[in-house]
Amino acid sequence: MTKIYEKSPAFFETFERKPSQQLTTHYCPGCGHGTLNKIIADLVAELGIQDQTIYVGPVGCGVFIYYYFEGACASAAHGRASAVATGISRSNPDGIVVSYQGDGDLAAIGTSNAIHAANRGENMIVFFVNNNVYGMTGGQMAPTTLIDQKTTTSPFGRTEKNDGFPLRMAEMMAGLEAPALVARVGVNNPKNIRQAIKVIRNGLEIQRDKKGYVFIEVMSQCPTNWKKEPAEACEWIDDVVCKQYPLGTFKELPADRQPQKRPRAEVDFAAVAKLLGLTADDETGSQEMTLPQPEMRFKFAGFGGQGVLSLGLMVAQMATQRNMEVTWLPSYGPEMRGGVANSSVVIGEDPIGTPVVDVPDVLVALNRPSLDKLGPLVPKEGLIIYNSSLIDQIPADLKGKVYPLAATTLAAEAGTVKAANVVVLGFVARMTGIFELSELEDFLRETFKQPALQEVNLKAVSAGWDVAGEV
Amino acid sequence: MKNNTNNEDGVKPSVTVHIDLCKGCGLCIIHCPKDVLQASIQINALGYPTTIVATADCIGCGNCYLVCPEPGAITVVRP
Repeated sequence: MTKIYEKSPAFFETFERKPSQQLTTHYCPGCGHGTLNKIIADLVAELGIQDQTIYVGPVGCGVFIYYYFEGACASAAHGRASAVATGISRSNPDGIVVSYQGDGDLAAIGTSNAIHAANRGENMIVFFVNNNVYGMTGGQMAPTTLIDQKTTTSPFGRTEKNDGFPLRMAEMMAGLEAPALVARVGVNNPKNIRQAIKVIRNGLEIQRDKKGYVFIEVMSQCPTNWKKEPAEACEWIDDVVCKQYPLGTFKELPADRQPQKRPRAEVDFAAVAKLLGLTADDETGSQEMTLPQPEMRFKFAGFGGQGVLSLGLMVAQMATQRNMEVTWLPSYGPEMRGGVANSSVVIGEDPIGTPVVDVPDVLVALNRPSLDKLGPLVPKEGLIIYNSSLIDQIPADLKGKVYPLAATTLAAEAGTVKAANVVVLGFVARMTGIFELSELEDFLRETFKQPALQEVNLKAVSAGWDVAGEV
Repeated sequence: MKNNTNNEDGVKPSVTVHIDLCKGCGLCIIHCPKDVLQASIQINALGYPTTIVATADCIGCGNCYLVCPEPGAITVVRP
């Protein structure tokens, strides 16, 4: 029978991570992550479990798995993938939960999460990708770094006196009673990969049959941070790393045991909402704001640090105090430094459908990238307020009504450039007519208790307010 | 060893490298038992020197597919 080895259908056809790089992963050349991703995707497709599989991603080099695996994905905070996977596994008893973690994630910050999930014998498979270093942050020493191994934070090599011994997670997990399968595999050569495929297939079958917790440690090469050529790094695993971390199966419960049923907690959401006072029986007529239209959608954008998130928060808080329906949604790039941060605020008289603002009625752009990116989204009747202190050129394709506001300059005159967002608050309030100056001042007095700060912000808000009067 | 021959269906073992996806790590080259895959000086759109299929001696062992870390970069047909 002809067998074709090709890209697994459990992968997305294109990876939407970056517009310029839609076909390849973000892994470095020769990285073991890619090989493991391929093994998992091939087996998920082969076992026909793609529709049930739920992946939980870590923080670390594996963080972007949600761009690669076509299936349900969740991203956990650093080290918490096993805990998040526990919740997912409990609430989706029919799902197959895959927790994918690195050694900085599972063996350092998330050790307790991982061990307790294993000790409870949750129905999940944990892939522990061990490359001996913190890969994504540039090769710092991890708990799994070998003795004498040089990293950026152990430039003279790890010593057991100072840093302890390399942590053998698989052996630790094998000491627990609950896990159904604990193994260590390698992805550094065809022989090890064939063995890894066998073990991982077994592990996924255990998940399919709901027979408990599986822990698979995957020894992965990291050519970039080991400062070796890919081929050399793969050999180093065989020659050196596997002396400390021997491959093999450390624990396996008999295959004929019974499926592990878990208690499934039902949440009474109505009762929780009542407890928190989140009832929908707001008295009509208690709303104390008049909007130019039933729903106003705002976008405040700029560099991180310009106060665009807190600007949105101030508008949202003031509207909340006036019994309006309000959402506030911050957005800032997780992988980029600098760039565009923004907050989306929706204020409505009726319950709000979505907090996402695709078409803003009011756009505030405090830097040029924000104006270039978001300006063209504003419709003809919308307002575009841009920071003319920092933006000297506006895009040609703007449809909305454009107002320059020298926010940074006015803020500096008031006392500090950090108050640029408050200048904008005054300007926006007057332009849209949603708040009076006295209301803004009352709010700022409540927010800033320190007299010096209060004074600067009151000056800034009235500067913005006055400029709006001159338009 | 079974060599580069057609099977009953007339399918020949073969390997294809999708140049645009290759990151040039070279792992496939060192694990190819027949030296079918070789390093090329051709630079792809990602800026990596890629692997090329240099001869028609592929036996369809699949080693290159297994060691390649990039999804979709190598396709192997094994009769």
